[in-house]
Amino acid sequence: MNPAAAIKDALIAAFIAGTLFVPIVGLILDEREVDFQLTRAAIVVALVFLGRLLMTLWAQTRDAGHQANTPGRFTSAVGSVYAALEERARIVVPVLVVVLIAIPFSPLATNYLIQIMSLTLIYVMLGMGLNIVVGLAGLLDLGYVAFYAVGAYGYALMAQNFGVSFWWAIPLTAALAATAGCVLGFPVLRMHGDYLAIVTLGFGEIIRILLVNMTKITGGPNGMSAPRPTLFGLEFTRSAKEGGVPLHEFLGIAYDAKYRYVFIYLITLAFAALAIFIFRRLREMPIGRAWEALREDEIACKALGINHTTTKLSAFTLGAAFGGMGGVLYAAMEGFINPSSFTFIESAIILSIVVLGGMGSVMGVIIAAVAITLLPELFREFQQYRMLVFGLAMVFIMIWRPGGLLKVRRRTFVRGDMPAEPAAGAAD
Amino acid sequence: MYILLQQLVNGLILGSIYGLIAIGYTMVYGIIGMINFAHGEIYMISAYLFAIFLALAIMFGVHSLPVALLITLVFTVIITGLYGFVVERVAYRPLRGSSRLAPLISAIGMSLVLQNYVQIAQGARDQALPPLYTGVFRFGSAEEFVQITHIQLIIILVTVVSMVALNLLINHTSLGRACRATQQDRTMANLLGINTDRVISLVFVIGAAMASVAGMLITFNFGSFNYFIGFVAGIKAFTAAVLGGIGSIPGAMLGGIILGLSESMFAGLVNTDYKDVFAFALLVSVLVFRPTGILGRPEVEKI
Repeated sequence: MNPAAAIKDALIAAFIAGTLFVPIVGLILDEREVDFQLTRAAIVVALVFLGRLLMTLWAQTRDAGHQANTPGRFTSAVGSVYAALEERARIVVPVLVVVLIAIPFSPLATNYLIQIMSLTLIYVMLGMGLNIVVGLAGLLDLGYVAFYAVGAYGYALMAQNFGVSFWWAIPLTAALAATAGCVLGFPVLRMHGDYLAIVTLGFGEIIRILLVNMTKITGGPNGMSAPRPTLFGLEFTRSAKEGGVPLHEFLGIAYDAKYRYVFIYLITLAFAALAIFIFRRLREMPIGRAWEALREDEIACKALGINHTTTKLSAFTLGAAFGGMGGVLYAAMEGFINPSSFTFIESAIILSIVVLGGMGSVMGVIIAAVAITLLPELFREFQQYRMLVFGLAMVFIMIWRPGGLLKVRRRTFVRGDMPAEPAAGAAD
Repeated sequence: MYILLQQLVNGLILGSIYGLIAIGYTMVYGIIGMINFAHGEIYMISAYLFAIFLALAIMFGVHSLPVALLITLVFTVIITGLYGFVVERVAYRPLRGSSRLAPLISAIGMSLVLQNYVQIAQGARDQALPPLYTGVFRFGSAEEFVQITHIQLIIILVTVVSMVALNLLINHTSLGRACRATQQDRTMANLLGINTDRVISLVFVIGAAMASVAGMLITFNFGSFNYFIGFVAGIKAFTAAVLGGIGSIPGAMLGGIILGLSESMFAGLVNTDYKDVFAFALLVSVLVFRPTGILGRPEVEKI
């Protein structure tokens, strides 16, 4: 322990913080005048001083005393719980599915809650799609939201102009988004990886600008409406449109708006489960192994005869198809879409779900998707600070655990380990 | 004809700004191979700092505008440089040596933090600065003319001066030599006794200082800004850096000017709404036909 050094260090930090924060936090620009709010700045600086002091003191005690390695403990704890669950997958998975199906029927579930849960499931699905691209193939896609937008707008436009129903729109928009991904990816994927980031970022912006400016087709900033899904032609409205039959009349029960929310929730649940299933299967398949191998060493893969362009392209295209389906689900859930739902922030959120959760991990992505959609809802009172806290969380989780919450342990072959199930991959 | 010339002038101004911001991207990418997503926000903060310090200087009775501007310039550059330093120290240095994606996510997080911090502290409204200089040079007849405002001339002058200064720093000082050595081979530079951590910090400070010059100039010219200007300026500048060949400082400037010129030509002659689409389409086509950018050297991969 060396309190003097710690205090000196904290004073330096406070001085730097003062230089940074006083002009922005303490001097507020008001027309051509400056409004002095120095107490606010002083509070921020004091917080930095205290925070730094505590941090240094904590680091000093840790260095002097025992080596407490919290991240390691965390990993092993979560890993062992997860491994235990994994072993009993035959019981755990059906129970989980039944619980998730039952939740909306419980009296506690409000329409609002069901909608938030549907949104979370859409994010799980998008996370799985991007996980193929970023987690398995290691391609950095910063414009994933473009495919999400292609799906949502593709559905709305097809429904409006050709009367395509929700169920037909799912495969059609998936194909549409996949084509978009293929066309975009083909020229870019042959090049060095980092260029992909900026090109996809640019593509995301292009799609958004087109949606805003092509007012005649997309309705511009006002957006457009998307039809609700139907169950074998039965609608979930109070009174049906021409020729349709509402569900409650068909079943002879009273109308309740909740049916629609529950129905959409069940659809999103099914698609999220499908996405998880496909992702897990793909990871085990030769193509999945090729993706991971290519991520680790491109030159070695080329030497072994893997066609790196088509392999990368398949990952990119599949990811795009998932994004497109997610877009249809979102449009059907909201019933209305506009370009402000498809900004870069959305891409950043989906990417952070994948990276914070742990790239290539299924459980991690699910946990991150739940955390990222539910936490902001819980802290609605602090709306103003929401994105600030979100950004800070991204920075600190990366510093604390650069591999994400659940780091994927790579499958390794150990001699003599052959007959039994390999222990690696326990933490997913 | 005059429209074309006028757009040429406007494009040159815009291009200088893009080029100045692009230097920060290209130097950081060249030295540690990451896209510093928070760089656009540093530029945005410098616009705020410029307006705040200018207003302060005038409130405290500095009546001569050039003196007030000079004081503002010094304070803004120093504090913005400090922002660059602290961002690197807090968000990127702990992640050195981890996967390629971790610092990128941290950078996106930092960008959200800076944007929302300024929004919360200063309010979400658009800020405006009164026009400071209104003088104009006109060429041509009374009906058709090309005009260059004095401010635009100052922008070009300041850009040239900062580029020359940067060039001197990088090519003719020992600090610059350390920078170049670190960019070529960080491990080797370390072995030869260069404190590469300090060099990386320096690169972030230089990048932020250049962005702050850009932020001041653009505020000086247009007078209006808000907390969100950093995003679009950031991607455009990164596009410029890739266009010119990422890692190359003259390339960043060249890429910026090409992007600015072609964008304003497109806006003037074809359509204003789709100028950003055009800029990105240009980027994609350059990448397809010349993946290393205009001045970039082809990357040799060693096995």
